[in-house]
Order: sequence, then structure tokens, then C-alpha cells
Amino acid sequence: MMRVEEIETLPRAGLESIQLKRLQALVHRVYDKVAPYRAKMDEAGVRPGDIRSLADLRRLPFTTKDDLRDNYPFGLFTVPMDDVVRVHASSGTTGKPTVVGYTAADISMWADVMARALAMAGVTRGDMVHNAYGYGLFTGGLGAHYGIERLGATVIPVSGGNTKRQITIMRDFGSTVLLATPSYALNLADAMADVGVLPEELKLRVGIHGAEPWSENMREEVERKLGIRAVDIYGLSEVIGPGVAMECLETDHGMHILEDHFLPEIVDPETFEPLPPGEPGELVFTTLTKEAFPLIRYRTKDLSRLIAEPCPCGRTLIRMEKVTGRTDDMLIIRGVNVFPSQVEHVLMGIEGVEPHYQIEVNREGNLDTMSVLVEVSERIFSDEVRQLEALTRRIQAEIKDLLGVTCAVRLVEPRTIKRSEGKAQRVIDNRRI
Amino acid sequence: MRVEQIAVFLENKSGRLAEITRVLAGHNINIRALSVADTADFGILRLIVDKVDEAKRVLRANGFTVGKTNVIAVEVPDKVGGLATVLKTAEEAGLNVEYMYAFVNRSGENAVLIFRFDDMDKAIDALLQAGFTILSGAQVCAL
Repeated sequence: MMRVEEIETLPRAGLESIQLKRLQALVHRVYDKVAPYRAKMDEAGVRPGDIRSLADLRRLPFTTKDDLRDNYPFGLFTVPMDDVVRVHASSGTTGKPTVVGYTAADISMWADVMARALAMAGVTRGDMVHNAYGYGLFTGGLGAHYGIERLGATVIPVSGGNTKRQITIMRDFGSTVLLATPSYALNLADAMADVGVLPEELKLRVGIHGAEPWSENMREEVERKLGIRAVDIYGLSEVIGPGVAMECLETDHGMHILEDHFLPEIVDPETFEPLPPGEPGELVFTTLTKEAFPLIRYRTKDLSRLIAEPCPCGRTLIRMEKVTGRTDDMLIIRGVNVFPSQVEHVLMGIEGVEPHYQIEVNREGNLDTMSVLVEVSERIFSDEVRQLEALTRRIQAEIKDLLGVTCAVRLVEPRTIKRSEGKAQRVIDNRRI
Repeated sequence: MRVEQIAVFLENKSGRLAEITRVLAGHNINIRALSVADTADFGILRLIVDKVDEAKRVLRANGFTVGKTNVIAVEVPDKVGGLATVLKTAEEAGLNVEYMYAFVNRSGENAVLIFRFDDMDKAIDALLQAGFTILSGAQVCAL
């Protein structure tokens, strides 16, 4: 049977008093234990004792991706490494990844929130859950995995790739729930059509899709091609991974934020002033219960909006709208975060390559492809095809090494890449999402 | 002993070759020989012209990436086996051909073979020793 936690239906006042207690404890703890947090709070003139209500949250300084980079890899952890049982990592803005750490209690809390998220999509102990999120440093695979086990459902830890085998497994094992990026779900659907497997031959009932932006059109396509109900899940590794917010089955407008663990705000992307529910802006999270790597007012750079209206499902948890964009230039290519600055970093490291480049993103079929256009200067030009091909292969390999994304490298003539107002346009995103 | 060759980077898009020839014609520069190496994504145009430095300057001024390399021009009788004899010599000397192209001179008696070898000094020695005629840049343009 479907599980709804008591905490998810508390009157707002009850939930908010839990949030405040947790926030106060968190602020005291990071102030005592983490020098960079203490320095920022001292600079802002705020002491832990100043946080008397949730409205005082706005007095605390923001945490940004730059703070994570400056304290790479473990500088913002609040516990000794002996207590850290796992790390995950995602792309940083330059060569260094963003590292996050978990204590045993964090892993357990993550399993809880993920299990609750799954329950919102109607997943129960009786389900066979096909987990096609990548296992590894990426939080998607393992994060979902522990939640599925916590819920008591059966997990098939299939991870990404080997699409034909995935279809066989879904059919033979009787998978009822699919966890995958929306583009991979479509890829599976198309591959099924290619090998002649009909949706009716599968027991799939619901798909849980996230880790990359997707539109209502894509949702309809996934639902039609796989014959399932497709719901949206939100998470980011800095906050915990998947399980930060989840759509329930009663609405297709907005995801319930697991607010007893992750306190959301929307701020104006320019003034950083907090905005009331309903206003669009940058999503900011404070992790209320995380031990190893808590975050205070972490600016996600994701653009969204909070929805305070009650949900037909009965949960009182506030909802966030599907992320509509980014405040920075981060791209998500096949579920991997890519910053143009990382590509630049690779190019600058290659002797003679000028930093005149452009990233072109396209969606071919259901998969995103990235091409890097590099202007050919006289320093790298050769009259031998072999030399130029070796250069493109080297750039491709180094980008793959750093970003984990395979891209095409295309050499172009000088001044091909448009400069607008003296500044090159770095990204051409042709995807229709 | 060596001939200066200009190489121009070409993106695979229409009109680029026409643009280069238009620029050269506009500066009264004569193309004596050319070849295009093409891949799926780009091409390299190699040119032997009468005014090398000027050609390089005007192409660069028109936004092209231009390189200058040395090649060897070998004159052989325009008859069956002409190229084969040169390649046999190169093979015996352990030389690799990076690329080559050819043209026939106006009288039609001789063919001129343009070579880029991996070891140019060794190639010149080997070809001279085997008795081949190696042309200078001026000779190529005067043909």
C-alpha cells in the first residue's frame, strides 16, 4: 500500500517549528566546526543565536559553487574523515570536481527521503524497480538504489548503457517502475520499437525521470511511447542527490520538496533578496539534517518558483515548479553537468590552441550531442591532414577525461565564431526542450 | 632545391575555394599547381604560386589560416612508369610520402611531381643520387 509519512501532512506551523529547531542546531554546528562558515558569518555580522525564526534565515550568508571550489575537496565537511562513509562528485566549473561527503546517518537519511519520493510516485514494496541511472561518482544511481531498498521494493541495479539488454531485463524480470533520465527513457522506447518489443509486453507502470531538463512535450512522448505515467524528480549532489523534491501522482504541476530536510527559498537572481511563493527566481537550499556536508543557503543557479497552494494528495510540503533554466551557463549533456569554462580549460592547456571556441549542443533522436568548434590558428595549422586529425583527437580525449562527455571536435576557420560586442558567444544550444 | 608551398585551412562549406582563387586573382598571383586534401570535416588546400609571400599576406588579410611549407618538385618524363621510378627510389631510401600531387608542363613532355616526405634532406640526397632532376621554385613557376 501507498505510504504517506505523517510529517508530510503536518499543518504548516508544525512543520515550520521542526524546521526552525533543525536550522538553529545546524547554524550552531557549522559555526563551531567549519572555519569558512564561521568567517562568512562573522563578516556578515550574524551569530548563531540571532536565528530566532525562519525569517532570520535571510540574515545568513549564501554558499556558492565557488565556496565549494575554494575549499576543495573536503574543506566544508563538518565531521572528521573517519566519520565519512562515502563521497560523490559532480562537475565543477573548472578542472576540479565538486565533492560531497556523507556520514552513515546521511546515507540513511538519503535513503529515507528517496524512499518517500518513490512513494509519492506510488511505488510500493511490491514493485520491481529498474534503476537505469548511472552508478558511480554521480549521485543518481546509488542514491535511487538505497531509496528503493529502504522502501522495500526490488531494485534492478542495471545502471546506464547496453540498451538492448535493458529491454530484455525489463521484459523478463517484469520491471514495473523505470528510473532513468528522460532522454534515456525515450532512447529505450525507440530501441524497443526497433527490436519489436511492444509496450504491452512490459509491466511498466510509472517512470521517474530527472537529472536533466525536460519539457511537457517530452513527458507526453515518454508516456505515449512506453505506455506509462511519467513523473519528475529533482535533486542535486550538493544538496544530497536525487530525492530533494518529487512530483506526486495527484498533480502534474510541481514537485513536493522534502522540506523537513531541505529548506527552500527563491531569491531574486540579481539582488538575491528572498521572494514570496509564486515569484520566479533562483532556487536556494539549506540542508537541515545533513551531517558531513551541510549547506547553508546554497545557491543552486536553477530557476524555479515555489507553489504554496495545497496539493490534492494531502501533503502540506511546498512544491517547486519544474526547473525552467539556469542563472549561469551550465549545460546538462546526457545527465552530465558541463560548464563552458571546463572546455576552455582543456583548450588553453593545449599548446598553440587559441581560446576561440564554441560549444554546439544538438538533440539527435533522443540523445544530446556536443560539438566543440575550435578556430584554427597558424600555430596549430599543418599542411598534413594527419597532424590536424591528431589534434582533434587529442582535444576530444582531454574533454572526455575531464568532463566525462564524448564530444565531436570541429576545426573551423578563424573568425568563424561570432563575436558579439567583443565577446564570443560560447554556447549554441539547438535543443528544443 | 626546395619549393615553397602555401597551405590554407578550408572549412567544408561552399564558396571557400572560390574565395581564395578570387583573392589571388585580384592580386595578380598565378597558381602553378594545387591540391586539396579533404576529410569529412575540413580540407587543406596546397598551392604553388609565383609570389609566395604576397599570396600568404593577402590570404591572411582575408581571414584565412595560412601556412608555408617546403616541398620537393621532381621533373620526370611524362611516360609510363615515371612516378614509379621516383617512388622506388624513395622506398629504397626508407622515406615516407606525407602527400604528393602532380602536373604536366606546357610542352607536355615532362611531368612535375610535388612531394612532401617525412625526411626532406634525406629525400633530396636520395633523389639527386638516383639522377632525378629537382626543380627550384623559380623553375616550377617558369615552366
